[in-house]
Amino acid sequence: MLHINCPHCGMRSQNEFSYGGDASVKRPELNKEVSDQDWDNFVYNRKSLRGKHLELWQHISGCRQWIKVERDTATHEIFRTFKADEEVA
Amino acid sequence: MTQAFRIENGGLINRDKKLSFKFNGKTYLGYEGDTLASALLANGVHLVGRSFKYHRPRGFFGAGVDEPYAVVQLFRNGETEPNIKATEQELFEGLEAKSVNCWPSVNFDVGAINNFLKIFLPAGFYYKTFMWPKSFWYRIYEPFIRKAAGLGVASTKHDKERYEHKYEYCDLLIAGSGPSGLAGAYAAAKNGAKVILAEDKPRFGGSLLTSDVNIGNQSGKDWAEGIIAELKTMPNVVVKNRSQIFGYYDHNMLVMSEKVSDHLPLTKKYHPNKRLWYIRAKEVLISSGSIERPIVFGNNDTPGVMLSSAAKEYLKVYGVLVGRKPLVFTNNDSGYETAIEFKKHGVDPVVLDSRKNPESEIIDEAKNLGINIKYSYVVVAAQGYKKVKSADIASISEDKKQLGKIENIQCDCICVSGFWTPTIHLASQSGNKTKFKEEIDAFIPGQSKQNEITLGAANGVFSLEETLKTSFTAGSELSKKITENDNKIAIPNVVEKKSSQHDKFWCVPLPKGKNYKRFLDFQNDVAVSDVEIALREGYRSIEHVKRYTTLGMATDQGKTSNLNGLQLVSEIENKVVPAVGHTTFRPPYTPVSIGAIVGREVGKHSKPTRKSPMHSWHEKNNAVFVDAGVWLRPRYYKRGNENLFEGSKREAKNVRTNVGVCDVTTLGKIDIKGPDAAELLNRVYTNAWLKLPVGKARYGVMLREDGIVMDDGTTTRISENHYHMTTTTAQAANVLSHLEYYLQLVWPELNVNVVSTTEQWAGAAIAGPKSRDLLQKLFPNSDVSNEGLPFMGYMEGDLFGVKARIYRISFSGELAYEVNVASDYGNFMWEKIIEVGEEFNIQPYGTEALSTLRIEMGHVAGSELDGRTIPYDNALEGLVSKKKDFIGKRSLQRSAFITEDRQRIVGVVPLDKQTSIPEGSHLVKNDKAPLPNPKLGHISASCWSVEYDNPFSLAILKDGKNMIGQKLFAMSPLKNKVIPVEIVSSHYVDPKGERVRS
Ligand SMILES: [Zn+2]
Repeated sequence: MLHINCPHCGMRSQNEFSYGGDASVKRPELNKEVSDQDWDNFVYNRKSLRGKHLELWQHISGCRQWIKVERDTATHEIFRTFKADEEVA
Repeated sequence: MTQAFRIENGGLINRDKKLSFKFNGKTYLGYEGDTLASALLANGVHLVGRSFKYHRPRGFFGAGVDEPYAVVQLFRNGETEPNIKATEQELFEGLEAKSVNCWPSVNFDVGAINNFLKIFLPAGFYYKTFMWPKSFWYRIYEPFIRKAAGLGVASTKHDKERYEHKYEYCDLLIAGSGPSGLAGAYAAAKNGAKVILAEDKPRFGGSLLTSDVNIGNQSGKDWAEGIIAELKTMPNVVVKNRSQIFGYYDHNMLVMSEKVSDHLPLTKKYHPNKRLWYIRAKEVLISSGSIERPIVFGNNDTPGVMLSSAAKEYLKVYGVLVGRKPLVFTNNDSGYETAIEFKKHGVDPVVLDSRKNPESEIIDEAKNLGINIKYSYVVVAAQGYKKVKSADIASISEDKKQLGKIENIQCDCICVSGFWTPTIHLASQSGNKTKFKEEIDAFIPGQSKQNEITLGAANGVFSLEETLKTSFTAGSELSKKITENDNKIAIPNVVEKKSSQHDKFWCVPLPKGKNYKRFLDFQNDVAVSDVEIALREGYRSIEHVKRYTTLGMATDQGKTSNLNGLQLVSEIENKVVPAVGHTTFRPPYTPVSIGAIVGREVGKHSKPTRKSPMHSWHEKNNAVFVDAGVWLRPRYYKRGNENLFEGSKREAKNVRTNVGVCDVTTLGKIDIKGPDAAELLNRVYTNAWLKLPVGKARYGVMLREDGIVMDDGTTTRISENHYHMTTTTAQAANVLSHLEYYLQLVWPELNVNVVSTTEQWAGAAIAGPKSRDLLQKLFPNSDVSNEGLPFMGYMEGDLFGVKARIYRISFSGELAYEVNVASDYGNFMWEKIIEVGEEFNIQPYGTEALSTLRIEMGHVAGSELDGRTIPYDNALEGLVSKKKDFIGKRSLQRSAFITEDRQRIVGVVPLDKQTSIPEGSHLVKNDKAPLPNPKLGHISASCWSVEYDNPFSLAILKDGKNMIGQKLFAMSPLKNKVIPVEIVSSHYVDPKGERVRS
């Protein structure tokens, strides 16, 4: 079970969180033309990376904040966590 | 009834307390402190089971967790548990156990024909033998294999034992209470660290219980007892016996199974049977010791052949002789320790040492005791079927290839020692890449990946002095980092005998003309020849060899077999062992009972139960409840002998003719506040929200980004920047997360807050033509006329002194209202509605009537919004704005979603107006068409229309728009029904929606 450092609450066990997928996905802006390909990429197409991956988790049984977690998908090592609005350098 | 093999004195058992127990129906006696294995051996019982594949007789091989043979079915307090290791099961008064894997009995086993007929199922036998013909598999092969090859029988009864889960945090977790674990725990505890020390056996001390050493002028055992006693007094230390750490998971989470009650005849009141500990440790010290490994020789699976360390443990801990004419076969000094113990108890052992002329203190001691030692000698084969009767032995050449003349010597047990294998399972599970240590012919942990360190025998260090030194130091250093205390501890003096180098020898060659089975894996019956076949057939990777031969795949996970298997592969392949590599170690280290894993989450406790504030009223009024997600909701209120059909029909009819009241507390409720609240709703819902006036409600549909309907519900504008959203009961949590996702991540610029208020409000839906009359009486000071509170209107009211919210919304399709009050007043509200409603013939109605009402109105619910439908499919396209953008809008342009013959909701009526259509039935054109009969759609919901008094269903049907009036068949193979039906509009009752506005 992972140990995730919620930037709002501190270290908590994985069972307080729910997984939210790839954090690098950007929703196309509202009221803008979007090509089929771009929309498909947004809705469906994800890279299944081995290694460092920036992903979303929601601290569902805690502060309910969505956070970003930089995690190695192969080793489960967590490098850093970020608040939703924090820039990932 | 006599314990013929129990010595007069000695051992750690309690001789004052005799216990009686049964094995295979026969009664025996043992002592408190025995295991089932030691008690059986004390009674001279060596035959305990049959092997998995060949059904060869099986005895005891070890004395603990490594035991591959002695797996029994245990009966305790009216319950039964399979696959219990007799070497781990502590004896209690009245214990009953039976052999497994023998049919019809352990002494006469039909399956042993596999052995005698020499069918000798070789490697890959399942794959090869039973492949053809295919039809034979189900009828003949599988039933036979199942009957012949099972390991025990799981109980089919409800388990009345309780199991608990516990979460714990500590600075230092220590796996194993041998010398290393004790030293590490003591040093860390003295520095004030929070320590958990876990020992899988009932007794602490590990190897110190059986080894002949001296620590600080005490025997090893006394020293261990002193340390444990002191640790137990320290508030920062938790000391747990009967507790196996079986898994090392990510981020230093380890899981431990504590046997709380297995050693007792009955579980004590308020005690669990087992407790599963989830431990998050800052640091982990793995002091899991080592397991003696066998030397491979002919018929080495005969009962009476066992590890020499086990024989020593039975003698020193339990006072039991495993034989009176022991033969010790060793390639290192450990065998001598066992021989010396035998000799001290008046038994004369013979020692065969594969080495030519080893010299050490221990060997000198054995010599001085007059023990008969034969150097450069090996056991070629054990003789005897159900018990060792003699051994064929021979001298062996220095290159270990040539055997001398075969001699036969009488013996009743063969104690074998092939040196020691560090127990590296936990280290390996942690992600540590293990490395091969040439001096000990075994793998040890390499570079740590998590915060773990392995010391002592588990790290391949067999000197007590070095183990204590490194472990005391590690305990201090690890704890110093955490507590910043640095209490110096004097390391005690150690007296131990120095050992000589072991012989790199693990397998006795076959003598000419003999074809003895030489087993590597004792539980799965994998012999040297099986691995040879696998390699001959081209299997190279050790993982493939493992699966093809099943080497190391039994419940003991190859604790005694893995390394010898690797040695064999490396020898045949002419590679060194590290190049062959070992198979992956995975949790659990030892089998864990399913009950412990499940814990308290069984039956009703498998999920929480949520009840509305009116629940006790429903109970008192004969409500029959149904699970709605985690909620319990009244399905109908039973009157007299009514069944569900009759009761729900009565309730629904009363709504259509008078007035009914339904508990709708379970609906999800979300409070939305902020200046951008309207903008959020406008983006989330498919329809327009910017112009909704204060005091008005609106129905909305929300999509996922892929265009599929996520949920529906009404949202009401309470005040300028304040909205009250309702969701379906099932989607409440998902919708809240969905809103939070967009607010926090996608549109953080929106100034809106959302919070769940599901539990803050109790809700009652009042529906039926007389509902306004009732409402007027409930709120005499409010204008609830059609003008004062029109359809989709909202107002606040005073319900006999309680503040209430009144929404004119309808799910039933009748003139209807929903009244909400603060939860604590829910019951008050409900009783008032019933009391005042009496003159209007009010009746409460449950979810079944609620479904009937919405189905015949064609209102969609979860059975249509099933995660596969878009707004058009549900006839909701009128709610999809063409002008504004919203979540999922772009997906609605996908070609599959705009085809002409797109599926759509329809109504379905059976032609005979009699037969109810089972939900889930498929709609087909031709009921006689060959399979697979093309499916045009499916029945999503069915009811008995109270308006027309005939069955009515909703269906999602391909090209539903153009199918009205068509005749089809509803087929339900599950219910064995074929029903001719007519397709009608989904709006079966009041298609213009006049009633809700009346
Ligand atoms: Zn948090």
